[in-house]
Amino acid sequence: MSHRWGMAVDLDRCNGCEACVIACRAENNIPTVGEEQAQKGRAIHWIRVERYYEGEFPDVRVKFQPVLCQQCDNAPCEPVCPTYASYHTDEGLNGQVYNRCIGTRYCANACPYTVRFFNFFNPAWDKPLHLQLNPDVSVRQVGIMEKCTFCVQRIKSAEIRAKEEKRELGDGEPAPACVQSCPPKALVFGDLNDPESELSRLARSNRGVKLLGELGTQPKVTYLQRNEWNDKNT
Amino acid sequence: MTKTPDQINHDLINHDLINHDLLRPVARVSARFFLVVAMLGLVVLAGFSAWGYQLYSGIGVAGIRRPVFWGFYITNFVFWIGISHAGTLISAILRLANAGWRRPVTRCAEVITVFALCIGAMFPVIHLGRPWVAFWLVPYPNQRGLWPNYRSPLVWDFFAINTYLIGSITFLILPIIPDFALCRDKFTGWRKTLYGLLALGWRGTQRQWHRLETAMHIMAIVIIPVAVSVHTIVSWDFAMTPVPMWHSTIFAPYFVAGAIFSGIAALIVAMVFLRRFLHLEEYLPSVCFENLGKLLLLMSLLWVYFVFAERLTIWYGNHPAEVSVLWLTQSGPYRYLFWIMVACNFLIPFPLLAIKKLRTITGTCIASITVVIGMWLERYLIIVPSLSRKFLPYAWGTYRPTWAEITITAATFAGMALLYVVFAKCVPIISIWELKVGMREASESTTSVAAVSRTRPTASGRGEHGTVAGVGFNKTHRVEL
Repeated sequence: MSHRWGMAVDLDRCNGCEACVIACRAENNIPTVGEEQAQKGRAIHWIRVERYYEGEFPDVRVKFQPVLCQQCDNAPCEPVCPTYASYHTDEGLNGQVYNRCIGTRYCANACPYTVRFFNFFNPAWDKPLHLQLNPDVSVRQVGIMEKCTFCVQRIKSAEIRAKEEKRELGDGEPAPACVQSCPPKALVFGDLNDPESELSRLARSNRGVKLLGELGTQPKVTYLQRNEWNDKNT
Repeated sequence: MTKTPDQINHDLINHDLINHDLLRPVARVSARFFLVVAMLGLVVLAGFSAWGYQLYSGIGVAGIRRPVFWGFYITNFVFWIGISHAGTLISAILRLANAGWRRPVTRCAEVITVFALCIGAMFPVIHLGRPWVAFWLVPYPNQRGLWPNYRSPLVWDFFAINTYLIGSITFLILPIIPDFALCRDKFTGWRKTLYGLLALGWRGTQRQWHRLETAMHIMAIVIIPVAVSVHTIVSWDFAMTPVPMWHSTIFAPYFVAGAIFSGIAALIVAMVFLRRFLHLEEYLPSVCFENLGKLLLLMSLLWVYFVFAERLTIWYGNHPAEVSVLWLTQSGPYRYLFWIMVACNFLIPFPLLAIKKLRTITGTCIASITVVIGMWLERYLIIVPSLSRKFLPYAWGTYRPTWAEITITAATFAGMALLYVVFAKCVPIISIWELKVGMREASESTTSVAAVSRTRPTASGRGEHGTVAGVGFNKTHRVEL
């Protein structure tokens, strides 16, 4: 059975701890650009926790919204890439072929979620930090676009392990670093092609919405949020 | 030496005078020329140094950032491709319309096209993160069977710009051939050899004239849809993405109109400089500026119409993301640039071009300079505000250019001027044979038979360069009959 990987983000559970952000950086060899470059808006975070404030002080509510690549089925980043560096994989992921990227940054402009990140300079890991690099993930040189892959290296190794052991993948077996590290279990990863998976159940939830769904990008990330309309109608 | 155009019409078939005046810039090199070339060359050199530094350090030396991934470089790209519409398109339309006043203008215009395209086409490479693999945009057979993505507007750009470049170079070279032959006949030494090679064996036979005229006619027709397609596709680089205020059906005609607008302005500026520094007052009469000024006025009105139509629709549509970008430019941090743009593209040029008394050479020149500035700002204001405010407010950002981008931008203007100055030194910048043909036509239609018959012996008695001018003459004469 082919897989169609997706994610659910439960906004009612997220407490904005940013463990996902740290886990993602460690897993995916995300370069630290430094204070000066970060001030210029060039910091790289494949997943970020957006904070929005509701109400007037002192009656303020903070809302946390983790945003990562939505792995759109109808992704605006894919058709604009002149070299197929940004392409759709068989499992429905928005792949990014680093070696094929020439750095037009067109995909990043086309992405309505602004979740694509560019290497403005060659990344550097001062010794001994280079020892922490994950050998399963390539590092990206200057001029290359990068973004969340749903930890494709973890998905692939889980698939290979299951194949070796001649069994089907279990629900939640491949888990991206952000999902694995989320303390309140706000992030759930799974196979949308398996109607019994926890993710499929959550994706069907009446709390579910798609981020900027009106743009027609058909994201595979579902945001779960309790709201008045749901309370009244269910 | 100074004469009014009317006087020229009478004793115009004074070939020696025309040849002398128009070949003078080619024949003689002054110290001033080298000074200008050196100064412009220095700025160009600074631009190349900045680019070299950027190649060495990484694209990060430019001011682009997340989410404004495109900045000055793409602005320059769109701007220069827009300027390139000066030439070929205008000259093709004027040729097909058989506008008599076009004759001294066409070559000045066609050269702008070729050079502006060369400069504009550099920017997609300059702005790349990894320019050393830019050739992956080219479809070439390779072992791994990898091709460019034909769905990407950038690949469409590649084809459109190259088609236009090849077409406009052809369109520029064709009518130069007889003038190269004239240079060959007039000059001696290494210049004779050089222009002899460039003249491609032109002898001025009836058959050659016929073929030249047919080729020019075909090119004039073919180049118009090509030119329109180029800026259409440049606009689609933006319109094909779901970015607020980019994703618009109006973009293609809006960009084409803006391109022609800025192109005419650039042409007028170039003509004013040529007129003054090459002493071509007699050959670029005020009627050329008057007529180009009227065209510029028309395009200015069209530009305002497009801007109004675009913005009013977005205001009424009231989509949050779009309206956010709209107010960013109307009254937000970009308002100064926006209203300077409106002043440069409409408020200043409109009275200068609409009031007959002000539509002088100086008036059209001032209007044109403001239009060039305004159209550069327009490209900037299309690109940057939209990117700085996409859909998720958390990811909004701003953009500031760095010295590298500013240096490279300055170098493009210096480079354009440099190429133009050098070209005007190597090739007669006014098409000599076309001018003579035009003057002949004018004299035949406006002066008496006696005047014409007076000119005929002059024409046939030309001897050494009669191959060029004389035959051109007979040819036109034949067409006229």
